[in-house]
Amino acid sequence: MLQIKDLHVSIDGKEILKGIDLEVKTGEVHAIMGPNGSGKSTLAAALAGRELFEITNGSVIYNGENLLEMSPEDRARKGLFLGFQYPVEIPGVSIVNFMKTAMNELRKYRGLEPISASDFLKHMRDKKELVGITANMANRSVNEGFSGGEKKKNEIFQMAMLEPTLAILDETDSGLDIDALKIVANGVNKLRRSDNATIIITHYQRLLEYIIPDFVHVLYKGKIVRSSGKELALELEEKGYDWLKDENE
Amino acid sequence: MEEKDQILDQVTGSEYKYGFYTDIDTETIPKGLNEDVIRLISAKKEEPEFMLEFRLKSYRHWLTMKMPGWAHLRIPEINYQDIIFYAAPRQVVGPKSLSEVDPELLRTFSRLGIPLEEQKMLSGVAVDAVMDSVSVKTTFRETLAELGIIFCSMSEAVREYPELVKKYLGSVVPYTDNYFASLNSAVFSDGSFCYIPKGVRCPMELSTYFRINAANTGQFERTLLIADDDSYVSYLEGCTAPMRDENQLHAAVVEIVALENAQVKYSTVQNWYPGDKNGKGGIYNFVTKRGICKGDNSKISWTQVETGSAITWKYPSCILRGNNTTGEFYSVAVTNNYQQADTGTKMMHIGKNSKSTIISKGISAGHGQNSFRSLVKVMKNADRVRNFTQCDSMLMGDKCGAHTFPYIEVENQSAILEHEATTSRIGEDQIFYCNQRGIDTETAVGLIINGYAREVLNKLPMEFAVEAQKLLQISLEGSVG
Repeated sequence: MLQIKDLHVSIDGKEILKGIDLEVKTGEVHAIMGPNGSGKSTLAAALAGRELFEITNGSVIYNGENLLEMSPEDRARKGLFLGFQYPVEIPGVSIVNFMKTAMNELRKYRGLEPISASDFLKHMRDKKELVGITANMANRSVNEGFSGGEKKKNEIFQMAMLEPTLAILDETDSGLDIDALKIVANGVNKLRRSDNATIIITHYQRLLEYIIPDFVHVLYKGKIVRSSGKELALELEEKGYDWLKDENE
Repeated sequence: MEEKDQILDQVTGSEYKYGFYTDIDTETIPKGLNEDVIRLISAKKEEPEFMLEFRLKSYRHWLTMKMPGWAHLRIPEINYQDIIFYAAPRQVVGPKSLSEVDPELLRTFSRLGIPLEEQKMLSGVAVDAVMDSVSVKTTFRETLAELGIIFCSMSEAVREYPELVKKYLGSVVPYTDNYFASLNSAVFSDGSFCYIPKGVRCPMELSTYFRINAANTGQFERTLLIADDDSYVSYLEGCTAPMRDENQLHAAVVEIVALENAQVKYSTVQNWYPGDKNGKGGIYNFVTKRGICKGDNSKISWTQVETGSAITWKYPSCILRGNNTTGEFYSVAVTNNYQQADTGTKMMHIGKNSKSTIISKGISAGHGQNSFRSLVKVMKNADRVRNFTQCDSMLMGDKCGAHTFPYIEVENQSAILEHEATTSRIGEDQIFYCNQRGIDTETAVGLIINGYAREVLNKLPMEFAVEAQKLLQISLEGSVG
């Protein structure tokens, strides 16, 4: 589904990612871990197409197409979803309106008619239940005045609504208490299917107690320095990130 | 940054969508202004003597006045001798049905999306369509008449209801009020007149579409709306104008009188030609709008969505004279390209327990300059006054400006006034967030702008709200901050 080859990314002329190689197949869950400043969020943003990040080298093939040539909205329409580390507030725009607009853009792109009001409401009810969102939240403005946990739950809710092929969750677990963490993990697990894939970006191991990844990668100073099975996460938890410094410097 | 600039250039590239000129045989009088011209206007409209006197004394007063300079606007000099002060579409006198109306005129209306046809009956909107200076066709008069509601052109009201006109015309905006109000009082061409009798709740939204058409013709609309005791009316005003090169002067006056327990809701969507992207052409809109809550417990609510005109100078205001009266002002004003707007409101608290709310949302893009100006005045005997003012400004790009001038004058210690103000931008992060959900940048800007203005748009009647939302999006097409 996703092949990243020798990806180099700079921001303001400073190279952050220094040659990333990663392959993600359908049905897989990958976890990308690493200390702060290692380039995890840069990778997520670059894949989503944020213009701030300049791709200086390498290639990304997504379902057989060159991802890097697509606009951010086309990437989204082709099923790439980014769960934001810091979800953005859009005052005055209700989640209902926002989601309906997003869904209809996706449908238009796929040559479908706009969703009917009743189908939309049913879809939303189902997904809300899945993620455990209260009715109240859906009528509020997008992320406005949300607590940290609510914002993250809202990201998972949007993911459920849009049913992406590839979901990239950028530090979705940061700032969550254990209950919110469980809700987020539960949502991700329920959305996991054989025809989609998930990349979980996290600093801590604890989310991986609830979401079992197929692969764990360690990103350090812009490079993937270790890749292994889920046991790597435990090792990291035990040893911290300090050993990386010893090994890589 | 470069990327942003590029997108911003696209904004400036978006041109007025309603620009066209209708070729209709127009009857005009020669350019210029003097007492003879005023006499001619009055004679052409077959006005009673008191009206001519009103016009003449207004004109004589206007001659003693100077163009005000306090607004935060750059206004080119206006040569009043170069303006035609009266133009009427020439047609058969008194069309009995649509078939008698000039078909070209009807086509203009339909291109503007103004359904003057019978469909109006189904949608429940009565229209008094004003094209240039003379009312062309008024629908629903009979239905309204059954309730005793008078909704007609100003000229007709002057002839048929002279006692009401005499009593209320100039009672809220005196002919001496300001430069443009005096000018309007002298030369006003036509407009709408509305009277809601005691205890009547007007069952439909009354709506007027103004349209400026004949070249070089100043437009001087005069609207008078009287809501008698215990009555209710919601009034809609919407404007579009054809594209042209010469600047056009527009100086309207709207007066509202709300008697005891009466409620008036006045909504405007204004989309006159704003000039091209280099700031050439466009309408000068110098409007005096004022309502008086004369009776106790009365309420006047102004809602405006201003996207057009090269220069807007407009402060829909409320004189809260009765006790327990309420004044409201909800505004969205967009300035793009080289548009300038100086708009806001005045709330004059005279009655006890009077309340006012002011919510203003300014949006500046391109080289647009947007000023919010308000005065909340609490008089000595006005006990327990409440006011809430919120003025928000949004900037798109780095060449535009937002300015706020909130004034407060309080002479009574029991007053409670609140003021909130914010300035924001459409963030690149907001746009990207939308993009990441599959929403393209243009749609995202529309979504964000409409969200920003939602508090005001929510105050518009349903059919207007939809139009206004589209208008906001079109006005800022392609724009990102």
